[in-house]
Amino acid sequence: MTINTLSQDGVQRQQMPCLTKMERMIISMQDPDMGIKLRNQRLLITVIPHKCSISDEEALHVGQLFVKYGYIYPLKEPRNLILKADDSSYRFQTPYYWMSTRWPASELDYAIYLAKKNIRKQGELIEYEKECYNALHKRINHTWDFVVMQAREQLRASKQRRKGDRIVLECQEQAYWLVNRPPPGTQDSIDHGPERRTTNTRVQLNSYHNHFYVKYCEQYQPHDPIMQGCLPSNPWITDDIMFWNMNSETVALPTKLRVERWSFSFMELLNDQMGRKEFLTYLEKEFSAENLCFWQACEDVRHGETAKIPEKVDEVYKQFLAPGASRWVNIDSKTMEKTLEGLKRPHRFVLDDAQMHIYFLMKKDSYPRYLKSELYKNLLARAIVPQETKKSVFPFMRRQRHSSPSPALATQTAEDDGKAKKTRIVTINNIKLKLNPIRKKKRFWDSQIYK
Amino acid sequence: MCDQTFLAITFGPCDNCSQNKPLMNIYLKNEPINYCSLCVELMACQGLAKGETTNTLKAESESLKAKLEEERAKLHDVELHQVAEKIDALGQFVMKTRRTLKGHGNKVLCMDWCRDKRRIVSSSQDGKVIVWDAYTTNKEHAVTMPCTWVMACAYAPSGCAVACGGLDNKCSVYPLSLDKNENLAAKKKSVAMHTNYLSSCSFTNSDMQILTSSGDGTCALWDVESGQLLQSFHGHSADVLSLDLAPSETGNTFVSGGCDKKANVWDMRSGQNVQSFETHESDINNVKYYPSGDAFATGSDDATCRLYDLRADREVAIYSKDSIIFGASSVDFSLSGRLLFAGYNDYTINVWDVLKGTRVAILFGHENRVSTVRVSPDGTAFCSGSWDNTLRVSAYLRSSGESELRNILYNTV
Repeated sequence: MTINTLSQDGVQRQQMPCLTKMERMIISMQDPDMGIKLRNQRLLITVIPHKCSISDEEALHVGQLFVKYGYIYPLKEPRNLILKADDSSYRFQTPYYWMSTRWPASELDYAIYLAKKNIRKQGELIEYEKECYNALHKRINHTWDFVVMQAREQLRASKQRRKGDRIVLECQEQAYWLVNRPPPGTQDSIDHGPERRTTNTRVQLNSYHNHFYVKYCEQYQPHDPIMQGCLPSNPWITDDIMFWNMNSETVALPTKLRVERWSFSFMELLNDQMGRKEFLTYLEKEFSAENLCFWQACEDVRHGETAKIPEKVDEVYKQFLAPGASRWVNIDSKTMEKTLEGLKRPHRFVLDDAQMHIYFLMKKDSYPRYLKSELYKNLLARAIVPQETKKSVFPFMRRQRHSSPSPALATQTAEDDGKAKKTRIVTINNIKLKLNPIRKKKRFWDSQIYK
Repeated sequence: MCDQTFLAITFGPCDNCSQNKPLMNIYLKNEPINYCSLCVELMACQGLAKGETTNTLKAESESLKAKLEEERAKLHDVELHQVAEKIDALGQFVMKTRRTLKGHGNKVLCMDWCRDKRRIVSSSQDGKVIVWDAYTTNKEHAVTMPCTWVMACAYAPSGCAVACGGLDNKCSVYPLSLDKNENLAAKKKSVAMHTNYLSSCSFTNSDMQILTSSGDGTCALWDVESGQLLQSFHGHSADVLSLDLAPSETGNTFVSGGCDKKANVWDMRSGQNVQSFETHESDINNVKYYPSGDAFATGSDDATCRLYDLRADREVAIYSKDSIIFGASSVDFSLSGRLLFAGYNDYTINVWDVLKGTRVAILFGHENRVSTVRVSPDGTAFCSGSWDNTLRVSAYLRSSGESELRNILYNTV
């Protein structure tokens, strides 16, 4: 039986499928032939059998989770729900107390358990159990007669069992409640996040080309720092931000990898601000720069503020689409007609068709020619290949990690024209303070050299 | 072999109401009887009984699924991992934690990178949203939300604002102010309004629009300035848990995954559901596009991650192992798309070879569920947030002569 919740319209939904899987493993572990060695109704965790190849570490980790979720419980220190890789004894929890059978643990059951403990040990409940008991007494006070009655009945029934069975049952019950009502301060392993509801199919069988994925991964592998590292070094590893500085938007000369990447696809070229600028320079030479400008203006409309759409669309029309416009773009007549018609009632997507047309025009025509142009080839030849930073001889001499100006700063100083200059100065001083350490260091080394 | 010296019936007809239900074993006058929990409550407090209806369309859908699989198997296609057989296997990947960000007082639920490749925003169960410079580990901004369980947060493309939301059913945008004395909450903009919790949010290509997904089963596109709803997306039959925008040239689609086990692809302009994928066996917790935009990966409670191809309109790879039994909460690709990082509810992060379908590394270190995993924008590192209240930024250490292979546990330097 698995945990199910019945929703309003009664559709069953299986929660926590991990429990089904754990239970399957637990059952196979108890197989008399293939399972774990058992000894006198106890078992020792020595080697956890695995049908798949997993490391010892992983096996231990999985075992830990079994204990945390209450499928196995320790005998020596029942309150310490961890799996130790030594000779300590554990016992399998009876399926009656498995999480899928009895979850969520009800308050009524807990109240009965605590009441039993109270009666049996004559009031020897632990601190937090006492608190829970009192809280429950208040909360479900209307059922208290039933609780006490049940507690007495269950104790009476258990007295009729053999002593061995009784002890085992008590252990099982205790283990169950340690998992489902953990003492404060210990980890709550059954915490599973906010409640998810439930409520209330097309077959396309096409052939596909998986070679695409292989090609893509191979093409991008040199650019993937996790796959192949990055030059001069990964800032997170060496605490040297040279890599970021060399690849910033405003650097004078880009790296070779970066320029190469522009040749992968038109999107890669446009996504890089520097690439876009280079492309614009090329288009200007070809007298077709208005295409890129038009495309950018359309992007602005599509992703900008809703309130500003009408005025932006108007601007675009005046600059690019109107007959005799200063930067008139060459769109086919059908698209132009449709666009002009749509302009009468401007909305966010009114320029989409025209934008798409110009985009594909650039992609099919200007972009391939750019890649073959002197401008691009020149840049590629001049592009830098950074030297790999040699690993420092003394690894414990950690470099100071400098902060960088927040991206929020750039726009803020631009926007706050109205605000007093005071604020601007303050922020600039903050940067100065942050950059000072570098300056100071430099001077120190300089003076050393001159000595 | 289990310790059981008596038989306890845990499911069956209730002795009182005769319905087939999970049973509680109680004693009345020294006689064991089996009542369903409802009848027990009834007896305990003499309340009113409620009826419940059950309804199973499951059997029918199961048989349809079986037929589907039959048809699929008839088509003899070469699987992704077969094509990938020719390429070299990846070696051991030793990832080291390079930064541990401590400061959240409770479970970290979500995080997002800033485009400057070093700043991040993170949100947690206690209602705090923190902006860090992960490189220096300094906290730069902190906001306290009026609700707990802030399950979604996102950094604006410009780096000037963050969006967040959760159990308040809203998505709010906070412009980041550098004035230390200014209360960020003062300039808060309430943008999205749903009728259930906000599970995920993302800015589109600019600061002006936000895409949200919610526990009410819908996704929605909002204008930030006015708070106006621009488009809503209906089609999921349960909570939507995650969404991701396509990195395509026309930039018009996104994918969402939810508790109905479906991953849906939507056209942002028309609101139409253009494609749907349903092969997972449980809730889909996270969806993420492959870098080229032609496919996407999902992480689910069924302990598998899957790759779906959009042009072929089908699942092309499953990433699973017998020893992984806990759900995957979060997935992300490395820059080249060769590696898939997946955070799991068993506190680990598994790194998969996307092409071969094998696991290349398993990372321990978090002391509770991993709730979010994100690779940085330039692919130099990845950040994982966990229910153990911390965030860790890890990077691949190319060992040069050091034998780090046994040392898979995190080392903070």
